[in-house]
Amino acid sequence: MTISTGDASITAAEAAAAKPVARALPYRLASFAVLLAVWEIAAHCAHLRALPSVETVAVVLGEEIRDGALPFHLAVTLARVLVAFLVAMAGGVAIGLAMGRWWRVDLLLDGWIIVLLNLPALVIAVLFYVWFGLTDAAAVGAVALNKLPLVAMTMREGARALERDYAEMAEVFHVPRWRRFRHVVAPQLVPFVLVATRSGLALVWKIVLVVELLGRSDGIGFQLQLYFQLFDVPRILAYALAFVAVVQLIEWGLLQPLERRVLRWRR
Amino acid sequence: MTPELTVEIREKRFPTPDGMTRTVLHDISFRSRLGEFIAIVGPSGCGKTTLLNIVAGLDTDFSGAVLLDRRRPNRVRIGYVFQQPRLLPWRTVLENVMLVLPEGAGERARRLLQEVGLGEALETYPSRLSIGMARRAAIARAFIVEPELLVMDEPFVSLDAATADRLRLLLLRLWRSHPTGALLVTHDLREAVTLADRILLLSDAPGRLLADVAVPLARHARTDAAAIERIHGEIAAEQRRLFAAEPPPQRIPTRAI
Repeated sequence: MTISTGDASITAAEAAAAKPVARALPYRLASFAVLLAVWEIAAHCAHLRALPSVETVAVVLGEEIRDGALPFHLAVTLARVLVAFLVAMAGGVAIGLAMGRWWRVDLLLDGWIIVLLNLPALVIAVLFYVWFGLTDAAAVGAVALNKLPLVAMTMREGARALERDYAEMAEVFHVPRWRRFRHVVAPQLVPFVLVATRSGLALVWKIVLVVELLGRSDGIGFQLQLYFQLFDVPRILAYALAFVAVVQLIEWGLLQPLERRVLRWRR
Repeated sequence: MTPELTVEIREKRFPTPDGMTRTVLHDISFRSRLGEFIAIVGPSGCGKTTLLNIVAGLDTDFSGAVLLDRRRPNRVRIGYVFQQPRLLPWRTVLENVMLVLPEGAGERARRLLQEVGLGEALETYPSRLSIGMARRAAIARAFIVEPELLVMDEPFVSLDAATADRLRLLLLRLWRSHPTGALLVTHDLREAVTLADRILLLSDAPGRLLADVAVPLARHARTDAAAIERIHGEIAAEQRRLFAAEPPPQRIPTRAI
């Protein structure tokens, strides 16, 4: 499930947990190689313009990286993802915890959450552009608002799942408030935050591109739309691949090590 | 130094799912003398844990009063050993004990954990401990706060006999070096005789105080198996007599709130 990283503070338990991971690497590489092979074969059989070969895409990818276009647009998109993600997480965690903790807040906000959950991302994006103009704030706000209800729902479950036994223990021993949050409450919420992060990032990646395509003049989404109009399939694939690679890097380099670290007490 | 405990529970009721309430405890009053070890013995389901939670200040929804000297339980340093150890699984043994201590008291925590035989397990997560070791950690956590009242809920249940015996001796040793009033809930009368100065016998549910018996056994004689056996026999006979004299079991009364 995970791959090992250069974490200096790796413990014996983590090393043990990382072992099957090292064994998993050949399989990951093999599956990637199969993908490339199928692609290459398909490219040679199909119409060349609609499905360029692996080399063509690789060459285009190199060009786009060298002339700085791809790094620039990727950076712009990543910045939007980051801001939207942080806003949605902060808002969603606060709202979700409040809903899980106080039933009145839950009743007040429950309907709103359901509506937002079911509102298509496109509707929110279009309305935000209409109301707030074709700005970055509108773009990022629309993405954040799309993701926020999911985070809130997840965190509400987290707040409801808090173990009463531990709360009683902390109460009887007069554990001070901050310490109680840090050592008793927060660790119980971590799995829920991780789930929200995972599902949230996956959602934000996708919606950011839609929002860029609709109303921004930079970012991966904009580039994809541009090359779609030019029917430049190699460039579409190059941008898509670069984007997927970055997502994978964040997953393997950031999320999974983080997850292993905070859940290392699990056996 | 250790406060005198006064418990006076007129009635404790719980809501039932059908919107009624059920009485779980009634007419339980007792007073502890200085540094006394009291065991509460009763059949399972008679409300013993509820009684402890009331004494520890975790449950304040009852009619009556619990005072330690003139203070309410939540103003008193209480060391609680729960039936399940309730160690935080995401914190090491040492961190679990430090959690209840002021900052910078790590050295004391280390020493006490060594004293209870967990010196090698300081950095271990609770999921790797045997149940006996987890219980030791929970006992250490209760003592580290220098409790004014020690409250224990069946702390030796589900241990094998040898381990339970070792832990009982450990408890007595710690209790002797950190003297405090102690309240132990158990369904095991022999255990109560081994540990306590005084035994409160509770009735079947709803729990009521049936008898308040002194254990005529000196502190240094707590390993004297023959004496324990004799006293256990006497109190068990008394307990049987009391239960036989109880009115036949009836439906637990419920009433509208």
